Amino acid sequence: MTSVAATRRRLALSRFWADFRKHRAGMIGLGILVVAVVLALVAPLFISEDVTSVVRGTGEKWAPPSLSEPFGTDESGRSILLMVWWGSRTSLLIGFLAALLSIVIGLVVGVAAGHFRGWLGGALMRVTDWFLVLPSLVTALVLAAILGGSTFTIIMAIGITTWPSTARLIRAQTLSVEARPYIERSKALGAGHWHITTRHVLPNVAPLLLASTTLEVASAIVTESTLAFLGASANKTSWGTMLRGSYDYGAATQGAWWYILIPGLAILAVVMAFTLVGRALEAVLNPRLRRAA
Amino acid sequence: MTTPLEAAEPAVAQAAGPGDDRSTGRGTLQYALSKAGGALFSIAMVIVGTFFLFRLLPGDPVRNLAQGRNMTPAQLDLERRRLGLDKPLIDQFFDFVGDTLRLDLGTSYEYKRPVLDLIGERLGPTLLLAGTGLVIAVSLGIWQGARAGWRHGSRFDRFSTGASLVLWSVPTFWLGLLLMMVFGVGIGPIPGLFPFRGIESVDAPDGFAYLLDVASHMVLPCLTLVAVVYAQYLLVMRSSLLEEVSQDYVTVARAKGLTDDDVRRRHAMPNALLPTVTLVFMRVGFVVGGAVTVETIYTWPGLGQLFYEAVRVPDFTLMQGTFMLITVAVILMNTLADVVYHVLDPRVRAA
Repeated sequence: MTSVAATRRRLALSRFWADFRKHRAGMIGLGILVVAVVLALVAPLFISEDVTSVVRGTGEKWAPPSLSEPFGTDESGRSILLMVWWGSRTSLLIGFLAALLSIVIGLVVGVAAGHFRGWLGGALMRVTDWFLVLPSLVTALVLAAILGGSTFTIIMAIGITTWPSTARLIRAQTLSVEARPYIERSKALGAGHWHITTRHVLPNVAPLLLASTTLEVASAIVTESTLAFLGASANKTSWGTMLRGSYDYGAATQGAWWYILIPGLAILAVVMAFTLVGRALEAVLNPRLRRAA
Repeated sequence: MTTPLEAAEPAVAQAAGPGDDRSTGRGTLQYALSKAGGALFSIAMVIVGTFFLFRLLPGDPVRNLAQGRNMTPAQLDLERRRLGLDKPLIDQFFDFVGDTLRLDLGTSYEYKRPVLDLIGERLGPTLLLAGTGLVIAVSLGIWQGARAGWRHGSRFDRFSTGASLVLWSVPTFWLGLLLMMVFGVGIGPIPGLFPFRGIESVDAPDGFAYLLDVASHMVLPCLTLVAVVYAQYLLVMRSSLLEEVSQDYVTVARAKGLTDDDVRRRHAMPNALLPTVTLVFMRVGFVVGGAVTVETIYTWPGLGQLFYEAVRVPDFTLMQGTFMLITVAVILMNTLADVVYHVLDPRVRAA
């Protein structure tokens, strides 16, 4: 029985991969992501946190891009290239973990709200709707300001303010899955809440979740950089804090375009890559979109 | 920027979905009343939530408020009594709710003035900036989205979709910094074209020239705000027009011999417009986030900047007051959108 299911899943997976490969934009995005993640992971092998230290700047202050400093230097002579490289670790880490937190809350609340129809589902939807109307950036800023700046609190602040849209999506999918006859069969055979939600609902919402996670990471990275720019940072070098520095030290009036351009382009590239992959995933996984395309 | 792109579409689908169980078989008035009740409940939750959130602050609230200024124990005690912090939590809670309902938002430590006065001063510039930005973004987004959706797959469509995807991925503040550098400070041989600090020049003239001065200060903040928010209106207008293109009535309109432009403007657009306009109000929280960022970059003396300063100091009374005000405003806008949509769209009403 298990092996039949396993073969079927393997087949579905290879079909999915074949479909995904047809999306050129999605493949480009995936390529960028793989490169970015690998670079962030191997960074400690080549450089250390020293590159972000203000007293160990290696070059001239405000040096424009040259052969020795390909992307120029900042107000204390630190290399922008190395800082962007090191900063990718914080930006990506917060992006992934905040998205994960948001998705997990959204999944649990969404499945529960869709599965338990009574007062519990109603109450959960009320809470979700309430969180949905809160202006997320403003709320995240307040949370970060109150809880204090650390990697953990920034992740919490982003996760807590972004889960409701996932919860709504998952609830809708759960409702549509639970309307199918095999759920009724399963109930007739004595399946409990746990069995139905984990064995039947979860595998059916998982593909949707994958696409939505990808998009969620993209928006979490943007939110992290915005929070860092507005002063709520984890006190570690990230692309957002670099841009904050460029603003504080007046890079625009100094004409130090490289200081503003490079970290922003890094954010743009990674966020675009996530968005492209997410949209390709949606196109592959959603048959309705596939027909339209 | 803080919510995935696709979240916009479920929001519309949800508003457009006739299956909203709360509205079945009831009149519009009843619907409006139930929505208003929901809004009041949400606002009450915001007040309760704010109270407990700001009590989560680690450490002594009096010391937090004083931001580490040196105070004698007697002064601390006096301050504690003045703020009512010597009372039990439940009494503090009722005091807080009562004060908030009377619109007494406390006194800012940084400015030594009532929070409500500060908010009142900053409201005008924000409404001016966000209002102008929103009007431009909505009209541009609807116009371009309708054209892109009508000629689905054309070069214009691909360009529009691509451009909005890029704008979507760009963090607001980075775009603001770039625009400030290029058009504010000037780059290379190009001189700066527009002012990028504040709302008026130090030596601002009177009369009509003053309006021009403010307008020139508004160019860059407005441009940034528009660039970031208009992408979502474009995409939603495009997708909702796409749904109309294949409808029978469009074919009929064409068969009547109407020109292509007439079919689009007189028949398809009005139907596609409704979800988009609802979205404008539904996602007003997103615009608020954009406004905070834009006002911070260009030091625009609005509510967003006031909030940013409160976070930066940190001035918790001010932060609490602006947070509640912004949130309540967003809830009211959302509810209004919901009810107006219900009144305007017979498809929802009939359900």
